[in-house]
Amino acid sequence: MQIEKHLAEQLRAHAEATYPHEAVGILAGHRKDNLVLQTVPLQNEHQQAHNRYQVNPLAQWQAEAELEAQGLEVLGYYHSHPDHPSQYSETDRKLALPNVNYVIIAVQFGKSHSIQNWRLLEDRSAMEEHPFIETNSPSKETT
Amino acid sequence: MSITINIPSALRPYVKGQSTIEAHGQTVGQALDFAEQQHPDLAKHLRDDTGQLRGFVNIFIGQEDIRHLDGEKSPLSNGDALTIVPAIAGGAS
Repeated sequence: MQIEKHLAEQLRAHAEATYPHEAVGILAGHRKDNLVLQTVPLQNEHQQAHNRYQVNPLAQWQAEAELEAQGLEVLGYYHSHPDHPSQYSETDRKLALPNVNYVIIAVQFGKSHSIQNWRLLEDRSAMEEHPFIETNSPSKETT
Repeated sequence: MSITINIPSALRPYVKGQSTIEAHGQTVGQALDFAEQQHPDLAKHLRDDTGQLRGFVNIFIGQEDIRHLDGEKSPLSNGDALTIVPAIAGGAS
């Protein structure tokens, strides 16, 4: 997955703003080149938001429908791990689906550091790391 | 009766890339069974080893969550649209 630097910065800023709670959002673009063109922050409604996240499914559905109406596709989702590595957890694995990217931003003492991108294996047994490449080129389609 | 099922992005590779598929059934469970028979790879991501819908899989009839109706026994009307919304959920713990 590739993402322009200014969008990656939006992810970091969101993760830091919600600290010590987990941030969550959608990564959208076109599947053919796996390039993120838009990020959509969502509300984490989990009661244990310091180490769990959950989005209202109606809000999620609406957000994804709006992206598709713009001609974008859901490439994946991001969330943060406050004071925890960007390694996926067993909870992340159990609640994941294949074919989409799960980007995890580690935030330590309120400051973001490592970011890793994970995808669920087809047999659901584990997640494997995939590239998360920050690019310099500006996108005309980004809003 | 004829039902439309809206497929989320993550599951479209299992339905030949389609965003919607057609199904038949009198209930939500029957419509899902029909879809799973037509597209067998859908089932393992929608259901657990016991055949129950995975906890993070939400199914809507129109705007109504089937958990607030009668689950998979919820009746369908001709032309209803089902939407599968796998919840965005997880976390460090």
